Amino acid sequence: MTAAGPRRRAAGTPLLDAHLVADRGGFHLDVALRVRAGEVVALLGPNGAGKTTALRALAGLHPLAAGHLTLDGADLDRPDGRVWVPPERRPVGVVFQDYLLFPHLSARDNVAFGPRRRGADRRAARARADAWLDRVGLAGYARRRPRELSGGQAQRVALARALAVEPTLLLLDEPLAALDARTRVDTRAELHRHLGAHPGATVLVTHDPLDALVLADRLVIVEGGRVVQEGDAAAVTARPRTDYVARLVGLNLHRGQADGHQVRVGALTLTAVDRVVGEAFVAFPPAAVALHPARPDGSPRNTWPARVAGVQRHGDHLRVELDGPLPVSADVTPAAVAALRLRPGQQVWAAVKAAETRAYPAGG
Amino acid sequence: MPVALFVPAGLGLAFLVLPLTGLLARAPWATLPQRLAAPGVLTALRLSLLTATGATLLCLALGVPLAWVLARVRFPGRRLVRALVTVPLVLPPVVGGVALLLVFGRRGLLGGWLDATFGVTLPFTTAGVVLAEAFVAMPFLVIAVEGALRAADSRYEEAAATLGAGRWTTFTHVTLPLVAPGVAAGAVLCWARALGEFGATITFAGNFPGRTQTMPLAVYLALETDLEAAIVLSLVLLTVSVAILAGLRDRWVTGP
Repeated sequence: MTAAGPRRRAAGTPLLDAHLVADRGGFHLDVALRVRAGEVVALLGPNGAGKTTALRALAGLHPLAAGHLTLDGADLDRPDGRVWVPPERRPVGVVFQDYLLFPHLSARDNVAFGPRRRGADRRAARARADAWLDRVGLAGYARRRPRELSGGQAQRVALARALAVEPTLLLLDEPLAALDARTRVDTRAELHRHLGAHPGATVLVTHDPLDALVLADRLVIVEGGRVVQEGDAAAVTARPRTDYVARLVGLNLHRGQADGHQVRVGALTLTAVDRVVGEAFVAFPPAAVALHPARPDGSPRNTWPARVAGVQRHGDHLRVELDGPLPVSADVTPAAVAALRLRPGQQVWAAVKAAETRAYPAGG
Repeated sequence: MPVALFVPAGLGLAFLVLPLTGLLARAPWATLPQRLAAPGVLTALRLSLLTATGATLLCLALGVPLAWVLARVRFPGRRLVRALVTVPLVLPPVVGGVALLLVFGRRGLLGGWLDATFGVTLPFTTAGVVLAEAFVAMPFLVIAVEGALRAADSRYEEAAATLGAGRWTTFTHVTLPLVAPGVAAGAVLCWARALGEFGATITFAGNFPGRTQTMPLAVYLALETDLEAAIVLSLVLLTVSVAILAGLRDRWVTGP
């Protein structure tokens, strides 16, 4: 009665194979995406990067201009071949950002809506809905209207509604963005459990790096309609390739010319722990940057004069933004700020340990 | 105190309420029961309620899809179509009645064909009353429903599509329930307009007691011979329409 589960396939063949090319009001999206069965991929990027357009293209709510979208061996959208399957005939489930639960239907009827449309009779659809509500821990809420549910409960109903059609591809658009901070922690943990149990492919769109790191097996970073980096959480966080990713993972990132352990960035030469030759990124955490009132003695490497641009609270320490030959962020203790009498415009010396400075090739 | 606003506001209220008070003051309360029991009154009232309801149903059947097309489908000339839909609002109803005669009359554009093919005659029949009332009342419904459709979040329809609902199912199971308050409000306005319809009805359907003589027509006719009868008929019309509008308003017309 519903779409069959993913068919058996050769190991390594992706369940979802898509090259999404779409235009939306002057914005151009060009993103390639492959997701294996059972894998959760996060599309992570700043607002306006094209994540939602990509998600809408996958759901069939926005047609592709070029490229292709193949799910479980079947073309759903291929402009070249004049193939386009409308959203209502795609084996896809969507959890929308603000859930879009039908306000005139109870939680049960919201979840039963998909199975009903896909051929289940009323009783079977309701039974299925009750089973799904039970799975997301809302067994006692079947008769509630969406407006009688809390944000976290509505999110779970939306998840149950999307999963009740047993989709081959599950799409989630900023699934936790509408929740308050406290609810988000619980819901994130629970969502992780449900995504882990989903046998199909899952694509998650988010601008929150924590959601992406916790929920996804693999991150695809999208900026300006293009993929700028992809990989698992460890690879992306250790070796950011754009300022956006560096800021997300809290690293200072610069690009320069490397020759062995020496990387030339502008007028400065930094010493890194890695050996690279050619175009390279240099990355180091703000906590590795030390500030001195005068040129430090003894360690001539990786020091430069800088000017304080601003100081702000950042967790239990203070983050100092520095101008100068190498604009970086430094995390220091409040005591250090007091001792150095740091204020905007002040000249200081910055130093970063070579042991905490990583370098990696920028090419490819 | 902004006297400049309160004084005209008070005058405006008085202007609207005073005629109704006059109606109540001049009503022949002593003979009211006998007058209400007079045979013509109930007949006209029943016919009015029947035709106004029929006209509303006709407007719902045709007007809701029309509103949907205007709100959801982009096509060239949409602004022109929207303007055409509102023409009966500004057209004098008598002119509407003449126009209906020219189209549905025995020798009209469609009337002749309807008569020859199906043996259906519309002018000067109860069905003609329904048609005349629907003609003047439909814009109220279309405007109300189109407004509700535009205000409704069309992403619910996208959500329905991702759950496997085709366009028709989405319309009946998601769109219509979402705009139900707007449809109800439009239907109430439409019904009230149809109940009070006079000009198009008397022109297109005539004034035959029991067949096409609705309450407004009966009031007008009584006015020429028996003022008290006209007042009684007016009171009945006033009471029925206020009662029904008030009853529906609490349920439907006010927002959530």
